[in-house]
Order: sequence, then C-alpha cells, then structure tokens
Amino acid sequence: MTDLTVTGVHKHFWRRERGQGPVRALAGVDLTVPSGLLVAVLGPSGCGKTTLLRCIAGFERIDEGSIRLGERTVAGPGRHTPPHRRGCAIVPQEGALFPHLSVAGNVGYGLDRAARERGRVDEVLELVGLAGYGRRMPHELSGGQQQRVAVARALAPRPAIILLDEPFSALDAHLRAELRRDVRQALQEDGATAILVTHDQEEALSLADQVAVMRDGRVVQQGTPTEVYRTPADAWVGGFVGGAVLLSGSPSPTGARTVLGDLALRGAPPAAPALTVLVRPEQIAVGPPAPDAVPATVVALDFHGHDALLTLRLADQTTTVAARVLSSAGTPTVGDPVGLRVTGPASAWPA
Amino acid sequence: MVRQEAMTEMTGRARVGTRARFGHPYARWRAWHRIAPRPVLLLASVLAVGVSAVPLVYLAVRTAEAGWPRIAAALRTPGLVELTLRSLALTAVVTAGCLVIGVGTALLVVRTDLPARRFFAVVAALPLAIPTYVAGYAWVSLVDNFHGFAAAAVVLILCCSPYVYLPTVAALTGADPATEETSRALGRGPWATFVGVTLRQIRPAITAGALLVALYVLSDFGAVAILRVNTFTLAIFTSFNLGFDRTGALVLATALVLLTMAILVGELLARRTNARYARVGSGVRRPPARIALGPWRPVAVVGVAAVALAALGLPAAAMARWFRVGVSRPGSLAEIAAAMGNTLSFSAAGAALTILLALPIGLLGARAPGRVAAVLDRLTYVTHALPGVVVGLSLVFFGINVAYPLYQTPWLLALAYAALFLPLGVGAVAGAAAQAPPGLEEAARSLGRGPLTVFRTITVPLTLPGIGAGAALVFLTCMKELPATLLLRPTGADTLATELWTHTSVAAYAAAAPYAALLVLLASVPTWLLAVRSGATGPAVLGGGS
Repeated sequence: MTDLTVTGVHKHFWRRERGQGPVRALAGVDLTVPSGLLVAVLGPSGCGKTTLLRCIAGFERIDEGSIRLGERTVAGPGRHTPPHRRGCAIVPQEGALFPHLSVAGNVGYGLDRAARERGRVDEVLELVGLAGYGRRMPHELSGGQQQRVAVARALAPRPAIILLDEPFSALDAHLRAELRRDVRQALQEDGATAILVTHDQEEALSLADQVAVMRDGRVVQQGTPTEVYRTPADAWVGGFVGGAVLLSGSPSPTGARTVLGDLALRGAPPAAPALTVLVRPEQIAVGPPAPDAVPATVVALDFHGHDALLTLRLADQTTTVAARVLSSAGTPTVGDPVGLRVTGPASAWPA
Repeated sequence: MVRQEAMTEMTGRARVGTRARFGHPYARWRAWHRIAPRPVLLLASVLAVGVSAVPLVYLAVRTAEAGWPRIAAALRTPGLVELTLRSLALTAVVTAGCLVIGVGTALLVVRTDLPARRFFAVVAALPLAIPTYVAGYAWVSLVDNFHGFAAAAVVLILCCSPYVYLPTVAALTGADPATEETSRALGRGPWATFVGVTLRQIRPAITAGALLVALYVLSDFGAVAILRVNTFTLAIFTSFNLGFDRTGALVLATALVLLTMAILVGELLARRTNARYARVGSGVRRPPARIALGPWRPVAVVGVAAVALAALGLPAAAMARWFRVGVSRPGSLAEIAAAMGNTLSFSAAGAALTILLALPIGLLGARAPGRVAAVLDRLTYVTHALPGVVVGLSLVFFGINVAYPLYQTPWLLALAYAALFLPLGVGAVAGAAAQAPPGLEEAARSLGRGPLTVFRTITVPLTLPGIGAGAALVFLTCMKELPATLLLRPTGADTLATELWTHTSVAAYAAAAPYAALLVLLASVPTWLLAVRSGATGPAVLGGGS
C-alpha cells in the first residue's frame, strides 16, 4: 500500500512580464494522504492547490522539498520522475477525454493488453455506472457522463493515487451531488487513494475522509471534516469552512466574555488579553425574549425551506450575528424581538 | 491551458522576498525559459520566418546595391507618378465598388426577406473561385475591345466583392440581435438603430474586408495584364521582361512594396481603433428580425441577380463557348496533361515547404503564446501581402546571384509559394494544435504513457486532419498562382495558369478555355470551404425567421 507524503514543497513561477520577480505558488506544503483514503485539498482560488496537484502529477518541477509515494521519492533534490512513471492518474476539470477514442478506448488507454483482456475496462465502467457505454464516442455523452468516463479512465490502471482537479465544478448543481456520491463510491469500491482539489467547502466536508485547508501556498490544517469544522486551526479556517460568527472577547473564569455572554470554550482559553471567538450559526438558539437570554432584533431572514438563516442585531445596535434555525411555525420574522442563547462550546484564538 | 491557469492564478500573489532563487540549479534554465518558453520551437520558428522573408530582404539588398544615383534616376522617370496615381485610382475604385456590392448583398441576404436568399447567399461568395486572370480572359474573349481602366475595374470589382461580402455576413450573423432590440426598446427608431448599433457592430468586419480588397488590387497581375492597364505589377513585369532595365524593375518593386506597407499599417491602425465588439453574456442566439423589402423586392432581386450573372454567368458563358473547340484542338490534350502534371508537382512542393515552415510557427503560437509568438506570426503576413510579381522578381535575382543551384528548379518556385502563402499554413497548424490541447497530453502522461507514445497516439491523430486540410488549401492556392509562377517556372515547364495566360495574350481564346475551366474547378474547393466557415450558409441565413 502506498501513502503519499508531501514534505516542505516550494514552487515559484516567473512572471511573463519583464522585470518582475518570481511569484510564490507553494511555500512549504506538507500533506499526507494515507492509502485508501480520499483527501480534499480545500482553498480559495489562488491558494496554490492546482499547482500542488500538478507538482504531484509531475507536470511541474518543485524547487524545494520532496514528494514520496510509499517508499519511492518521485520528486526531491535532484530528482524528478517524469509523469508517466509516477502512477498518479489525473482527472482534469473538464474531463479531457481523448475525442478520437471511444469510451472503451479512453478507459483502456492506460492499460496493457493483458489487463484489457481481463475485462478491466468493463469493470471500471460498471463502477462509475456506465456499463455498456464502451462503444460511444465522447461527444455523444453528457457532461456528467464524460466526467464519469474520466474517473473510470483514471481508475483503470490502478494508479498509486488519483488526482481529481475540481472535477465537478463545471456541472449543474443537481447533477453534481449525484456524481459526487457515485464517484466517492467508485473510488471506495476500487480501494483507490485520491486527492480532490476544490474550492467548495460543502463538497470537501461531505465527500472526503480528510480535509486539508490551503492558504497562500501552505496547508494550514489537515484533519477529518469534523475536526476541521469543529476545531479550526485559526479564525480564517473557521470562517472558510463554514458559516461563522466571529466576536471579539476577553478571557473569563469560565471561558470567554463576549457580547453573547460568557461562553464555554473548547479546550483551555488562550493566554492573551484579547480574543477572537468563533461561534457557528447553528449554535445560536433563538427563542422569545427572556431575562437570561441576550436580547436582539431580527433584521433579515434568508429562508431556505428546511431551515432559515436569521441576521440579528444585538441591543448595542452595532453587532450583528447570524443564527441558523430549523424552520417551523414559530420561526420569528423581521422586526421580532428575540432572546439568544449559545449552545455548546466556542473556539477562541488570541486576537 | 492548465499551465496558463496556474500561471494566472499566481499573478498578483505575494512575491518572494530576499530568498529569490537565483542560486538554485534551475535558476538559469528558468531565466532562459522566461524569455523562450520553448527554445527549440522558437529557434525553428525564427528560421522559418527567416526563410519566408528571403524575397523581401533580398529585394531590399539588391535595391540598395544599385546605388542612389540609379535609384534617383529611376524615380525621376515621368511615368512613375502616373503609374502610382493609376494604381491608387484603380485600388480606390475597386474598393468602393466592392463595398457597395459586398455590404449591400450581405445586408439583403441576412437582414431582409429577399426571395431565394439561401441561393444568393452562396452565389455571392462564388466569384472567389474565379481567378482574376480567368475573369479577364472571359470578358476579353466575349466582349470586343474590352480593355483599359474601366474594364479592369469592372472585372476586379466582380472578383473581389466576396472579400467584403464574407466577413460582413459573418459579422451580421454573429451580431447579437438582442442589442438591436434593446436599442429599439430604449426608444431609437429602426434607422437610428441600424446606423447606431448594427452598422457599428459590423464596421470592423467591413473595414477588414475593404483593406483585403485594396491589398489584392495592388498586387493583382493577371487581370491588369490581360486587360492592359499599366499598373505597378504590369510595369514591373514588362520592365523585367524587356531585360534592359533591371534596376527600374527593382525600384518599381520597392515602390510597390512601400505602398503595400502603407496599406498594411493602415490596417493595423484600423484594427487598433476598431476593437472587437464581443458579445457579452451567453445564451442561445435567436435569428435576427428581417426587414420586409415590400415594393423593393423585385428591384433587389434584379440587382443581386445582375451582379451574379456578370460575375459568374459571363465566365461560364465564355468557357461554354470556347471549351469544345479548345479541347478538340490537335495536341491539346497532351499539352493540358503536361501542364497539369507541372502544376501538380510544383504545387505539391510549394505546399510541402509551406507546411514545413508553418509547423514551428503555428505550434509556437498555440503552445507558447506571447509577444514573441505574436510578432513571428505577424511577420509571416508581411511577405503574404507582397505582390506575387515582386516575390517572383526578387527570387529570380536571388536564384541567379545567390542560390544558383536552385535557379530553374521547382524549389525556388516552392520558396515563392511558401513566402506568399505561409499564413494559410500557420493558421491551419495553429487550429490543428488547438485540437490537441496540452491537457489531453498531460492526462495521457498521467495514465503511464511516455512522451513518444503520447505523441503517436494522441497528438498526431488529433492534429493530422487539420494540418492535412491546411496543406490541401495551400496546394490549391499554389495551383492558381500566376505572376510568381510565370517568373520562376523552369524554362519550358508550363502550368495551367501560365498556359491560360500565354494563350490569352495571343488571343487564342479557344486554346485557353480548358485551362480556365480546370482552374475554376480547382479554385472552387477552397471557396466552398470559406463560404461554409464564414457562415454564409449557416443557420442565420438558411434558417427561416422571416
């Protein structure tokens, strides 16, 4: 079994314009992908996640650091294994099916004759839900089907790792959810190791075994989706991987003192006079005004059907917070006075 | 693509501070790559552009060698001013005529309820299939005393109007009718909308077409030679053929090149001000509303039909009249076969050399786009704009004085063809390369296939059809080239074009007819492709929506 280990990888690009210095794309990336797992690399556009993928695949040379597949160092000081000897199959954004080959020709492209004759092509086509499509040409398929073929093509030669470069971003929302599930299942059934690059936090959280959050050419946190969501490494990660209410506060004996009252903290409070405190919108319980609740007024309501996102102004008239409530007959509307309570522990960092 | 994306993704991000990696082993390689992303491709492209620039460079060298006194003497010839004025006047008249016919027909076909507009849409593009010297031959052979300025203007207008018509049709079908509807909705009347919105949208296309016509007229040799209008091209040819005034021919050629350059610069300036008007937003485009011609319908039909008759019917009539006599002439079939053989082999050599030179330039433009690639691509157009007679003349001197082993061989002629038609090849190669984007090759590499296997199984199968089509287009274009062929063909080796020219110049119209027919046949293939691609037969014209 092969784990992927990326250690301290740096990568710079030269600007095309004359007289401009190098541009930093990767600034010491550390990433581990345990065998058999799907790790999502999540980050805003420009954070270097696509560059990281291209470095792992071998399309770009790294400047510093190393990339190891199992015991094999594929990139490091004085070493650059060419892409075709790495065993890192890529699934590009738009699929990039070979337009002159049939579906079976595409899927079988990376296979030797023996594997083709063993029926590996049909096997992986069935995995992605396209059994019997072998003779079609790529242009006869829908966008979602093309992406399925691209995944099957990458699975077929049983590569050490599969690199998915935002493979669902070009598809319609309803198609995307279904395809995500099916691809996840196909990868699991085949026992494949994979990296999914995405800027969509919902996709990363719902799909991956582990999430690695990237910012400015670095992985700032890697962990299970729950860990990353519940215990973000810093306020930025907290805000990036989900809805966040960020408050300023100060240490108190029970945790942190904020405009929402004394909040319990996850772990020990940081030793700092001023704190940034993160509360998730679903942690804020909205009820009728009560003496032990923080008074607030509803100023906006985004109705989503099953739930609703309330924007609430506190009594100080300057702080607004967001709360997610399940929709019911009792959901307050704009202008209603309400009382707020925070449930569960908050996270805090030195401000 | 992906690489580009990664690059742009990086732009604007924090720079590396003091730890810039100049000491790194890759630093030098990188610094070189920054200037030359693909060193081998770049070197080959520079070489290719260099080869194609031989005619222009050698013309300059020879003219400079002649020395100022002789140049001054040639420039003082009283005929030169007259020659310039006549050439410019012909250019202006033909351009104006083509604008009227080209834009008028395009508007009628795309935006009105002209009867049989699908038919006229195709017919209006067909004159491209008639080389000007074939048209000149047709008129001379049917109309008595058809000579001079007006005659040449008529023939050239009829032959060149598609250069305006085709881009105008493409622009009209490409223009978003929603902008017109918005203008109407904002309270502008139909006429104000047409002038303020529609015309402004298609103006860049019209300008480009007009400049194409101007360049074409300046460099045309066949029609003016047959119709005996003494313009630059004919004067250069005569002065060279008479043999006693080679400096005169060189100076005339240089003057013509300068005129051409002036027009090219004009084109560049026009292109800069006429920024392309992009269609903003997406969505399915509806066919535009058509204007009802009402009582003007018959007038419009008669007008369009008259132009078609003059441009296509008359040459057809000439060929019909003379063809049978021409083919039954004793020995004619052997002569035609010999000319055909020469045409095929010369054009094959020309197409092969053109594609060979076009490969690095086109690939560079597709794979490493940037300022260097753009400049190299532009440079190929400089020689392309040169009149064939100038390229031929320069290469004759080049062959005699520099490359004597090539002189009187088809290869010197192939070089002339390559210099003249290189942009056609470059366009085809660049288009073909776009069929195999780097993303596909990267996907193939990631599936465990080595670079050579990827090239054989992905790159070649995807690009070959496009390059093949480009080669065929160049091949057909070479077949109908006249002036450079006249000057450079090995002695005694006649081609279809030169046979037609020779027979016509001695008024042997019947003997010329088979060649005219064959040339029109050959030239109609690229014309058809062009008409299809430019959208003259596209859904906006063919579809209903009245």
